[in-house]
Amino acid sequence: MPGYNDPSFDTLALHAGAAPDPATGARAVPIHLTTSFVFESSDHAAALFNLERAGHVYSRISNPTNAVLEQRVAALEGGIGALTTASGQAALHLTIATLMGAGSHIVASTALYGGSHNLLHYTLSRFGIETTFVKPHDIDAWRAAVRPNTKLFFGETVGNPGLDVLDIPTISQIAHEAGVPLLVDSTLTTPYLIQPFELGADLVYHSATKFLSGHGTVIGGIVVDGGGFDWEKSGKFPELTQSYEGFHNMVFSEESTVGAFLLRARREGLRDFGACLSPHSAWLILQGIETLSLRMDRHMANTEKVVAFLASHPMVSRVGHPLMENHPSHTLAEKLLRFGARGAGSVFSFDIHGSREQGRAFIEALKIFSHLANVGDCRSLVIHPASTTHFRMSDDALTSAGIGPGTIRLSIGLENADDLIDDLKRALKSAEKAGSKSNQA
Amino acid sequence: MKLTLHSPSGNTYQTYAYTGGKAFEANKPTVVFIHGVLNDHSVWILQTRYLAHHGFNVLAVDLPGHGRSEGEAPSSVEEAAQFIEALLDAAGVKHAALVGHSWGSLIALESAARLKERITHLALVGTAFPMKVSPALIEASLNEPMQALRMVNVFSRATLAAPPSALGPGTWVYGASMALGRRLLAGNTHVNIFHRGFVACDSYTNGLVAIAAITCPVLFLLGKEDQMTPPRAAKTLIDQAKVSSKTFSVVQIPMGHHQMSESPEETLDALKVFLGLTA
Repeated sequence: MPGYNDPSFDTLALHAGAAPDPATGARAVPIHLTTSFVFESSDHAAALFNLERAGHVYSRISNPTNAVLEQRVAALEGGIGALTTASGQAALHLTIATLMGAGSHIVASTALYGGSHNLLHYTLSRFGIETTFVKPHDIDAWRAAVRPNTKLFFGETVGNPGLDVLDIPTISQIAHEAGVPLLVDSTLTTPYLIQPFELGADLVYHSATKFLSGHGTVIGGIVVDGGGFDWEKSGKFPELTQSYEGFHNMVFSEESTVGAFLLRARREGLRDFGACLSPHSAWLILQGIETLSLRMDRHMANTEKVVAFLASHPMVSRVGHPLMENHPSHTLAEKLLRFGARGAGSVFSFDIHGSREQGRAFIEALKIFSHLANVGDCRSLVIHPASTTHFRMSDDALTSAGIGPGTIRLSIGLENADDLIDDLKRALKSAEKAGSKSNQA
Repeated sequence: MKLTLHSPSGNTYQTYAYTGGKAFEANKPTVVFIHGVLNDHSVWILQTRYLAHHGFNVLAVDLPGHGRSEGEAPSSVEEAAQFIEALLDAAGVKHAALVGHSWGSLIALESAARLKERITHLALVGTAFPMKVSPALIEASLNEPMQALRMVNVFSRATLAAPPSALGPGTWVYGASMALGRRLLAGNTHVNIFHRGFVACDSYTNGLVAIAAITCPVLFLLGKEDQMTPPRAAKTLIDQAKVSSKTFSVVQIPMGHHQMSESPEETLDALKVFLGLTA
């Protein structure tokens, strides 16, 4: 039933959550740069504070521009609603802090963004929340890691930067048998490449800084609830199923059969922790989402060409993308991602033969790829972990972390693929020369 | 709150009614909210919570076999009306206003006809009579319920940009309705409440007799863009109310079938006026 009432992904990306502004007729989403919103009366004010009526009070809690972004991403993910945050890390923290407190336990994949690993391993343990890390493909390990106090399973849809595809159907089943939800970070895949809720995930979050925004101009995050997890049936989440003195003695699961998580996350999490998104940032992310499918198609097409080039280059010893049939996630990617292995994203690593110095020479010879610590930009990006993010580690420690001295991480952008390949070709030549000089020395 | 009821066959069962975040007080006027097919109390949050904090008792039920309520899911409007009467008895409510949406509007109508002066107000939200359901949709609700759920939600929606709704700003009401339908369908493993509810709507024939029998004022609260129960489908009931010299009002709001979530403010305002609160 295609049409206005049953729109496709591309149409939702442009229209979900937004209509022409009734006050001004503005067609684009207005940026509501205001801290607060006028009450119609004292009764109206009281009703808004008590959730008797829905509306905006203060932009830390909600804002009309942010609400458009929240509806839009929820629509694209197939969720019930969403909540924007100051960053992807804030979305992860808010989700965890809403669901648990000291004495709780998380089972998480080892294939995580470093910042997420740090939060779980170091920071949250200081607050009494422990995490057991398991290899994403080790299904038995996920099951074995469950404890009576486990409250959450967590992984990345496609792990950064090895591109380990998370077996969401299997892992969500184990999570649900344990009475806990599965949270996934879908930053590298976006809703265009994978639909985690359809596969069994319960909560999805994004660093909207990356592909959702796409322009490298803004930091933001968003968490979406699929509405499928039954908090009452689980019995493990009194935060959502019992009266909360901190908010009108509300029982969130009674107020909303499917939306208890979002209710508490907004009414407690944004209110008390305060990691809200600026409306201007929300607007910038909305500009990116309008072209999400077009951009992701180009990201995929460019990545496919670059992967093919690198795989055939004599200076390259390994290309870590599921497009490669020898990649451990090749089969899973074909099965779970909307476009098969092509859709495993455009952030991946590869190894060049040689030393750290050769890796450095490669990076420094690049002209189009930008050397920086980000991914998911419309411009192509590169980083050499051994000389930057992991430079303090010995070669042995790097190897145990799955990073070689010549490992390079790329984020393929939207430039002409031939230009990107030319840039890589020239840089590989420089790396080769650096190796020759080193040998002569 | 939980109430213990007796089924027509003599069994006892627990039924649930949301009270709007306030304790039930027997001395306050009571409004009973009745949901439609594959819905529960939570669709009324933005109307019930307000009224509960403005002088009313609110009993937003989960019909038997739905959500938090035990018991056999009603297989007819008449059976559901028996439940409403039993609910009022169990709660000790002598007089109540009834508000029903879609299938719930027929249940409210039939209940008001049976309970006469015990009912003070009757609000029919997204109503129609007859409430015929297409054979294809009835068939799909039984054999392909997920597809039927999608169809119902597509037809129930009128906007891609709903105002702040039951979860507050950022609610995607289409997704919320889909999730609620899936949850409720899975929650009753004994009977397909989706199919049973549609059959009950489709087979109800007593609407015109019922509207002639009521003794209270009636509000027809209709969605101008409603594709499930378009305003014209309420005309027979409105005409009968007119012929029978009933006190009635018709309010049309520029939204679809799920007025409570897509136009929560307009729906609440209409109910406030009808119940005697200032809009």
